[in-house]
Amino acid sequence: MSNGLTMDAGDRARLKATHAAVLHKPWWQRWALLIGLVVTVLYLGFCYAFFNVGPAFENGKWDRAALYLQDWYSWRAQPRLKVADGKVTATWSSRGQYPRDARIDWLTPHEDGSMTVTFGGAGDRLEVTPNLVVAYVGGNPHEIAIGADSVTAPADAPRAVQQDGSKVVVDYGFAGQAEVRTNQVYVQRRFLGWANFWFDTHSAYWGRNPLEVIQLMFSAERIDPARSNFDTAVRDFLNNGVWQHGDILSKLLQTLVMAFVGTLLATLFAFPLAFIAARNITRSRPVNWVMKRGFDFLRSIDMLIWALFFTRGFGPGPIPGIAAIFFTDAGALGKVYAEALENVDDRQREGVKSVGASPTVVNRFGVVPQVLPVFISQSLYFWESNTRSATVIGAVGAGGIGLKLLEAMGTNSDWDKVAYMVLLILMVVFVFDNLSNALRSRLIGQRGH
Amino acid sequence: MAHIAHDPAGGISDATRTVYGHYRQQIRTRRVYSIIALVVFAIVLALSLNFANAANSGKFFERLPYLLDFLRSFVPNDPLEIFRAMFDQPSPYADGSMKYDFTSQRMYFTDTLYVPHFIYELMVTVNIAIVSTIIGGGLAFCLCFFAATNLVGAGAVRFVVRRIMEILRAFPEIVIAGLLTAILSIGPIAAIFAVSLHTIGALGKLFFEVVENADMKPDEGLRAVGATWLERVRFGMLPQVLPNFVSYTLLRTEINVRASTIIGAVGGGGIGEAFRLSIGNNQAAKTYAIIILLLVTIIAVDQFSGWLRRRLVGNQAFEFGRGAA
Repeated sequence: MSNGLTMDAGDRARLKATHAAVLHKPWWQRWALLIGLVVTVLYLGFCYAFFNVGPAFENGKWDRAALYLQDWYSWRAQPRLKVADGKVTATWSSRGQYPRDARIDWLTPHEDGSMTVTFGGAGDRLEVTPNLVVAYVGGNPHEIAIGADSVTAPADAPRAVQQDGSKVVVDYGFAGQAEVRTNQVYVQRRFLGWANFWFDTHSAYWGRNPLEVIQLMFSAERIDPARSNFDTAVRDFLNNGVWQHGDILSKLLQTLVMAFVGTLLATLFAFPLAFIAARNITRSRPVNWVMKRGFDFLRSIDMLIWALFFTRGFGPGPIPGIAAIFFTDAGALGKVYAEALENVDDRQREGVKSVGASPTVVNRFGVVPQVLPVFISQSLYFWESNTRSATVIGAVGAGGIGLKLLEAMGTNSDWDKVAYMVLLILMVVFVFDNLSNALRSRLIGQRGH
Repeated sequence: MAHIAHDPAGGISDATRTVYGHYRQQIRTRRVYSIIALVVFAIVLALSLNFANAANSGKFFERLPYLLDFLRSFVPNDPLEIFRAMFDQPSPYADGSMKYDFTSQRMYFTDTLYVPHFIYELMVTVNIAIVSTIIGGGLAFCLCFFAATNLVGAGAVRFVVRRIMEILRAFPEIVIAGLLTAILSIGPIAAIFAVSLHTIGALGKLFFEVVENADMKPDEGLRAVGATWLERVRFGMLPQVLPNFVSYTLLRTEINVRASTIIGAVGGGGIGEAFRLSIGNNQAAKTYAIIILLLVTIIAVDQFSGWLRRRLVGNQAFEFGRGAA
């Protein structure tokens, strides 16, 4: 060991001879990582072709994607400005965010029948008259003439003012855009936040700031003589026609009930049967085998199949969801429970047996105290995971918040509502995760799980 | 076990009697708490069941006979029909309706060689699951080291990475699928995205817990000879955690096969969609064919991944935490 860091040829030969297995691995073991990577890349390439990823991305509606994502955190007011009796008037769709005859600060009608639409600053605005629209972009006016069968943009128009067939599109970025057509000006004005989230336009609370709302809620003067102002506020909130808070919260509760009841019933069902499936407790191989294959069968049928089957039977709602979770998890929990039972310490059972206890008492005092923490911990894990999967189960037809989400996404214009429901779901999942973690550590202490 | 001493007065000292009294007292308190907990539990369960029944469009006991009727009427004309539907063989009952039309959706490779429709859809679903596991597992692998306390000193990095994982795990898959369906139109890409993102969150959490439980001695050794962070992860950490990573990834593949069938049913394509259509249109033979195919596939995937897991990591019980994944 004079110069311990270098080896001579003899040492090397000796090492090679004693550890041949380490130094001379077969080639496929030495290159395993590289081979694995190449195979994976080849496989991903195959799937790229198999799933037509390239063409799908090319044909994707990416311009709409930005719009949909903006809808998550902002809202659009979409009046159509039409000319009637020489005056420009705004008409709203049924989903309009303003009450009838409301004073809107970005939409000012003038004495002469024209109308001004402002997009953010004073330099970005639209002056609409019956046959001429002047678009101010960054302070510069651009005259857009409305003809009988086409609208023409000026020749020197910037990028923001563009001719699109017979109409002209004026783009103000996030603040919105306007389409000038021959018969109308279709304005889209975008604002940050969710419109009318607390109260819709039919409510007496609409358009007030939070302080005023709270004041009004507790003031003695009743809006509706039949009930207190607080009651009115709660009713108006829950029955908000645009956001449907009451409906969404009730659907959310349905989803939670699905997960809770499904997991609980599965636990109650799997608990006794696991004792029959465990081979150290029920000493009959055929019975163990039948029970375990039964669990495997329940577990292997996809939750989707159960869900759709029971939706056919019971109609949409929480019952098919409960049934689907119950049947899948009864199998999964039964399997896990039986495995836990097979790993119990036999000495405690022997001790109870040696004082002459009946089999039931042996299991009650010799087995259950050992496995109960594991059982409960597993069930809590399943409960957590089911709180998440109940959403998807709902979407295939079992109802609950999943179906509501699917409906909201189907319209392609309710992305703000989707965002709201996603937030609710995330909050609930976090609360339940922490709740189940707290329960678990209380019940079984900090060890292991 | 309150029957230890039947005659506490018989020949025991006052001190023992006091201890015994306290013991009885504790047992009694515990029983009272247990009973209260059980009663509360029962009430919550009863309320939940009542709510579920009220919210359902059909009531449980009213609809139960219809469910049995449905099961009784929902049978194919003869058992062989199921296999004809499975392998796209013409049905003798063909009357031009989709119910007995098993042949029109064959996927032809050449003029004569074809893949039966359902088996093709099943391939789509299984491939969605595998691709998502590869993508999600790969990203989770990259992220997990940044979430582990023993490898990353900066609390902010850990916090951000962990929150990202949590959000990905809890984010409803159908929303991701739905958003992508709106952009890319219906197809498997939406499902791949949805399942992959969820996989990052789920596997990332399991991975970083494995990393945190790893033995730090190899790491110390590497640090002592001046290894960089990357080298420490590669040579000190990876050899320890890789078997567990592989095992969890295989477990995740099993779960993802199920997840991709469900996502398929809400717009991702694949066998889930086929199943939803066939059961919705009362096509008994096709429905049973898909159930059998799915059952066989899931059992095969479970068995294969279990076998591989045992070969790679030995007989460790990885069932724990299955629900968390």
